Amino acid sequence: MTIASGTVREAAIAAPPPTSAATSPARPRKRRQLTRNRWGYAYVAPFFLVFTAFSLYPFMYTAWVSLHETSLSNINGGTWVGLENYRELLQSEFFWNAARNTLTIGILATVPQLCMALGLAHLLNYKLRGRTFFRTVMLMPYATSIAAATLVFSQLFGRDYGLINTMLEAVGLDRIDWEAGTVSSQVAIAVIVTWRWTGYNALIYLAAMQSIPGELYEAAEIDGASKWKQFLHVTIPSLRPTILFTIVVSTIGAVQLFGEPLLFAGNGTTSGGASGQYQTLGLLMYQQGWSNFHIGQAATTAWAMFMIILVIVGVNAVIGRLRARADR
Amino acid sequence: MFHSSKSRAAWGAALAAVLLTAGCGGSDDASADAAAEYDPDAPVTLTVGTFGTMDFDNAGLYEEYMELHPNVTIEQNNVAQSAAYYKSLQTRLAANSGLDDIQALEIGFIADVVRNHADAFVDFAAEENGDELEGNFYDWKWGQATTADGKTIGLGTDTGPQAMCYRKDLFEQAGLPTDRAQVAELWPTWDAYLDTARQYQSSSDAAFVDSPASIFSSSVYQGDVAYNDEEGNPIPEESDGVERAWEYASTAADEGLTANLSQFGDEWNAAFSNGAFATIACPAWMLGYINSQMGDGGAGLWDIAPLPGSDESASNWGGSFLGVPADGENVEAAKDLAEWLTAPEQQVKMFTEAAHFPSSPQAAEDPGVMGATNEYFSGAPTGEIFGESAANIQRTPIGPYDTQIQEAFTTALTDIASGGATPDEGWENALKAARQATGG
Repeated sequence: MTIASGTVREAAIAAPPPTSAATSPARPRKRRQLTRNRWGYAYVAPFFLVFTAFSLYPFMYTAWVSLHETSLSNINGGTWVGLENYRELLQSEFFWNAARNTLTIGILATVPQLCMALGLAHLLNYKLRGRTFFRTVMLMPYATSIAAATLVFSQLFGRDYGLINTMLEAVGLDRIDWEAGTVSSQVAIAVIVTWRWTGYNALIYLAAMQSIPGELYEAAEIDGASKWKQFLHVTIPSLRPTILFTIVVSTIGAVQLFGEPLLFAGNGTTSGGASGQYQTLGLLMYQQGWSNFHIGQAATTAWAMFMIILVIVGVNAVIGRLRARADR
Repeated sequence: MFHSSKSRAAWGAALAAVLLTAGCGGSDDASADAAAEYDPDAPVTLTVGTFGTMDFDNAGLYEEYMELHPNVTIEQNNVAQSAAYYKSLQTRLAANSGLDDIQALEIGFIADVVRNHADAFVDFAAEENGDELEGNFYDWKWGQATTADGKTIGLGTDTGPQAMCYRKDLFEQAGLPTDRAQVAELWPTWDAYLDTARQYQSSSDAAFVDSPASIFSSSVYQGDVAYNDEEGNPIPEESDGVERAWEYASTAADEGLTANLSQFGDEWNAAFSNGAFATIACPAWMLGYINSQMGDGGAGLWDIAPLPGSDESASNWGGSFLGVPADGENVEAAKDLAEWLTAPEQQVKMFTEAAHFPSSPQAAEDPGVMGATNEYFSGAPTGEIFGESAANIQRTPIGPYDTQIQEAFTTALTDIASGGATPDEGWENALKAARQATGG
């Protein structure tokens, strides 16, 4: 995560050198500063109150619930089981199945999505007629609700009456039971995710591309670099922090993937297909908590997802820092 | 809020202080006095929590009650989906706050309420007219809402006695009889039903039955035991009912006798009007569903025969209850309304106005119900067919996890039908999923 480390560097430059503040003679001055800033605290308080009530408290409460065996019927009681839920989770084949599916769907959705977004952004960065129109259109899938999008797609991917199968048959190919197969169902879900998020990422890339100095391209053009070479050697390196940012955000989204697989089933079941072939971690958590009423297990899964995200973000940050150091 | 583990929760409670004061307004105190001070003529507003299409409003019952009792105003809070309704009911029960004066309870959740929340509801068996109330309902219906120690926490509304709906046009194309008396003779048992399926399938393109779930979930309740023992503990791997139902349904799935659709999914809905299957297990309420899926174009295509094996035991799918939360502010008035809404006379109206089959034998034997026919379904005598089925239902114990266990089995059957697993593997998968659902 170069973005974060970059901010830290800038912050270090902007901040006044840590000199007298910590030593005792400066005390009266510090207090005066605090008093002067009293209204500042009042202004930031609403955010922190809301944050405490709606983020920090649920977060800690989830941790506490994950140490109990408790059901939705008995949400405030339950018996203390320590780390038992975590031990069970790690031994549960349902968890590993969901983790595997989350990983494969995540890769199937994220990689093509970001590549396509990069390409689209590059094209839109040229001077085109009706550029604003194309940019707006690109953002439209993102503005569509998951429910609406998935309903349309599940009809496209329908086994008996789906449009795609009708077309496959029309050109003499076999129908595909999209939902029943592991690969086919995961590809179908990845398509929905990709459709929805490609434009969003493309706009982020586009914004970043526009801050690349035009002289770089002019210089490259004078040196005889083709558009493709320019893309490869000017655009991509300049976008590196942005790309890392979108990778992190998309990965977090992929780990939490929930709406698409839930709606893809078509009848609200949470098992993620007849053999759980597209049950993601998000779906498993929902099934444990809200279909089977085992809130303790669901909280455990939620924390496991949180840890996975922390690890992924951590790995990305380390990679980003190593790259930044290597560049220097 | 933190009743049973106060000390451990102390730090959590500290964090939660802001929320708690807002979330848990006191409603514990009002109830005890309310009973003593009950004045049947005092103005009162009663709230009724319902889900889906319970149709008390459409059948005109609220209006009628308010005319009979000018002091009463009824407000209904309806939630479209039963599952979403129950999730919010559970959290409200846990918080003992935000409950309506009357709460509808679906059969899929009644066992959980009976087992875990019985104290939160009024016990109708302990009322002065408890015996009279009990006499108003089928034994099995009354029993479903009654705890092991005899508390009855809900009064029955509709039920879902089952029959088998069939497509006359598809039967005719396959050379099978279409007259409902002759069709009934085709499948006295589920084995005979499967034989008919094989015969049909050899000369038709459309599947015989919509889904393995149609066979499984209707036959599983025909035995003495389904998913639970008498105490309501899940025993799917030992139950004769499950084993038999699995035998029929997995055979049908494995031999490709079903259209392998997931019930209530998009493709299933579309399959009705596409004529993709010839039979479907039909609780009384399914008639309305078929009608709404096929529209007027489907009129006269369908007819109704008894469920296979219903000579020995019929089976029930669906139905609801009305419970009165014990800590409400208008408990006495709410009890009066709940008793009135579920009384036999009103159940007759619910059937004639909105096609909800009664849970009261008196209502089922009423000429208005007994003599009812359904033009859409080729004029089938629905009152008679479903009345016979309802009278023939055994009191199979239900448990808090029936819905989840059933989903585990029907999902595994879908896997078999689409070739993803052998019947033996499917059985193992179903048990695994059922254990995951029920295990603490």
